[in-house]
Amino acid sequence: MAELSNQLMAVTVLAYLAAMVLYAAEYAFGSQSRIGRAAARPARQLVGAGAPVTSTPSLDQAPPPVVASDKRGEIIGRAAVALNILALLLHLGALVTRGIAADRMPWGNMYEYILSATFVGSAVWVGVLLRRPAIRHIGLFVSLALVLLLGADGMIAYTPVGPLVPALHSYWFVIHVSTIILASGIFLIGAVPATMFLIRDGYDKGKRRFPYSLGRNTPEAAVLERLTFRLHAFAFPLFTFGALIAGPIWAEASWGRYWGWDPKEVWALISWIVYAAYLHARATPSVKRTVATWIALLGFATMLMNLFGVNLFFSGFHSYANAGGM
Amino acid sequence: MTVVEDREAPPAVPPPRRPNRVWALLRNSWRQLTSMRTALVLLFLLAVAAIPGSVFPQRAVDAQRVTAYYQAHPSLAPWLERLGGFEVYGSPWFASIYLLLFASLIGCVLPRLRDHARALRQAVPDAPKRLDRLPFSSPELASGETPAEASSRVATVLRRQRFRTRVREHEDGSFSVSAEKGYLKETGNLLFHFALLAVLVGVGFGHWYGWHGNRILVAGSDQGFCDLLSQYDDSTLGPRVDAADLPDFCLKLTNFRAAYESTGQPKSFAATVSVTEGDGPAKTRTFTVNDPMRLHGANVHLIGHGYAVTLRYTDRYGDTQTKVVPFLPIDGMFTSEGVAQFPDVNIDPKTNKRDPTLQVGFEGRYLPTVGTDGSATSAYPAENAPALFLTAYRGDLGLDVGTPGSVYALDQGQIATGDLKNVSGARPHELKPGDSWTLDDGTKLEFVGTRPYATLSIRYDPTQTLVLAGAALGLLGLMLSLFGHRRRVWFRALPDSPEGSGGTLLTAGGLPRTDQPGFADEFAQLVKAAEEGTP
Repeated sequence: MAELSNQLMAVTVLAYLAAMVLYAAEYAFGSQSRIGRAAARPARQLVGAGAPVTSTPSLDQAPPPVVASDKRGEIIGRAAVALNILALLLHLGALVTRGIAADRMPWGNMYEYILSATFVGSAVWVGVLLRRPAIRHIGLFVSLALVLLLGADGMIAYTPVGPLVPALHSYWFVIHVSTIILASGIFLIGAVPATMFLIRDGYDKGKRRFPYSLGRNTPEAAVLERLTFRLHAFAFPLFTFGALIAGPIWAEASWGRYWGWDPKEVWALISWIVYAAYLHARATPSVKRTVATWIALLGFATMLMNLFGVNLFFSGFHSYANAGGM
Repeated sequence: MTVVEDREAPPAVPPPRRPNRVWALLRNSWRQLTSMRTALVLLFLLAVAAIPGSVFPQRAVDAQRVTAYYQAHPSLAPWLERLGGFEVYGSPWFASIYLLLFASLIGCVLPRLRDHARALRQAVPDAPKRLDRLPFSSPELASGETPAEASSRVATVLRRQRFRTRVREHEDGSFSVSAEKGYLKETGNLLFHFALLAVLVGVGFGHWYGWHGNRILVAGSDQGFCDLLSQYDDSTLGPRVDAADLPDFCLKLTNFRAAYESTGQPKSFAATVSVTEGDGPAKTRTFTVNDPMRLHGANVHLIGHGYAVTLRYTDRYGDTQTKVVPFLPIDGMFTSEGVAQFPDVNIDPKTNKRDPTLQVGFEGRYLPTVGTDGSATSAYPAENAPALFLTAYRGDLGLDVGTPGSVYALDQGQIATGDLKNVSGARPHELKPGDSWTLDDGTKLEFVGTRPYATLSIRYDPTQTLVLAGAALGLLGLMLSLFGHRRRVWFRALPDSPEGSGGTLLTAGGLPRTDQPGFADEFAQLVKAAEEGTP
């Protein structure tokens, strides 16, 4: 069963990778109707100043290829979504088989944690995608983030299936870890529209250098910004509960103190403060939305620091990666 | 104009009273402090200031790692010490950031509390003149009712949807209905911020009135422990706690059970103790890692375990002394290190004087399972093939000097000066349980056996319930403020003709006060409900 889980994990990464390639293909070759319009627009912009006569034929000529590429893009896009859903199911399979192999919830170490958090992120993404197909163009970046995280998970954090250390024999294990996994998965997905918003906003302001050139195809800036906020507003209370309430309750029972400035606790508090700053900044009219969104991304960076940096470089009570001790 | 006039003329208008500069400075600083921009900066400062505490070892978390850091970085460590790098979360600069932040918070939420209380008492403001200028508005709806009837019907619809509603009659014969909903958003927001204050106060009081201590409790009725300050291995009392305030209880470890996987990974632990509280009878209680023993006024947590070695030393005059010494595990397989010190041995019965050159100490390792590869570390945490590897020292143990030293290591200074000499050679001597070892001077050491010990953390925090309640209320407030939406709706019922023939023209406007995606639907439904009732 453990072997099956590992194989499913590898196939999952490949499936996300394939979905990513298809999203990229739609991005590059096919085009949303907006691109079709954009393809037609330069002609008019060029001639609008002085030569209205030539503009008419070019506009007439433009539509047919646009329609063709639209159709092709649509097919590729749908295939990408289908592959993405397939990858999600494989991901679920990898998670479930891992849990069966270990005979417990698959949240006992960093490898399983990342596997679970990326699954939540992917599931939230597919959920949002099914409700609002128009945001499909972010898929490229979602699948890129998932491939990177899962790849890093398999390469740096892989741990063979094993039982839990006694310190984790508690129902708070399920409550504390599951809410944090949920929250991190949603923060992860929230970071994608946040990035896209910054890119799109830059594009709208006329920037055309590399990262901003990607903004040509994304949903509108306001849509991305609102999606960013809603995802973060949903994840923040979950994170508050998981990290700052359930965590301390369990820590009190297990280690005798509800808060002990363990590196993991410190970084969870840092993430919480930064995300709180994001929510405050967004609620303040005098703070620009781009600034607020940068804060949200900084928050995600602190989450990544807590996940990789703290697990790999600092030692503390949360070091369950190496077995032994209490 | 004459000079005299000029001089005598009093200033017609007294010069504008200059505000007191100090007062103005204070007021402006306060305004600056309570602004959102400052709060954001302080939040970031707090986040940044918390980082060094995760990078450098903290004395409050693990004092031994601070000592190790001093040894590894002898030139950097004193500087870090001066900057508070080993006690970040108790340092003045960290405290100043969070105190400023909370001052800013108080300055922000108190006026908001006043405003919110006022808003809750006040009626919803009257409809603006032009409803069609609002973000949401409806076309005119005609109704056969009189304006009074129409407005009271609309008000009923709104009240049923739990809007705070107020109907006003105007001089031109029109009626307006003002309705507002979503006050819970601001209530939740205030609740969240006041709950944060409660948490801060709770943490502060917990620090002042709480205490904690650690104790290694070896199994056996001769190794009991009572809750006295002197019986702790280390302890910290809050500034407002006196040693006499500690509750009265005694513990004896009667049993310690540990189970391991075949890989050596621990599976379960449980400590069974006999507890006496005050004058009460002895009770048997079992507790484990995630399930502390809760006594009156103290919680006993199991945070570690290990093996204590029992050694019997027979000196050159035939007197024996037995010591039970806990050895500290240094890895997951319970390779354990420790010392046994016998300062009061080899006392000549004739003179009854202690000879400081004849004190004896043993230092070494205990391996619960000796591996087959001959390595100096244990192969398994349970006692499958136990052995003790000791080096004997004789001389002055240096215990009388009065400087506090570790009870888990011999005084290296004494060894360096040669006052304490290795008398058993470079290779540690191996002892199995029951083995005896005769030293070069004919004295004898016997390895009697081992006993398990439990590392206990005993704590009392009087405010942790308050902190938890604060955190839970804070979460509730947070959710209310994040998911609540404040919005206003107005309806205006105008008589359809100046003569007032009975008919009414109804218009509506809506103003979401936050970014609320669902408001358009809600507004449309309200308008529809108002329309459906029209006769």
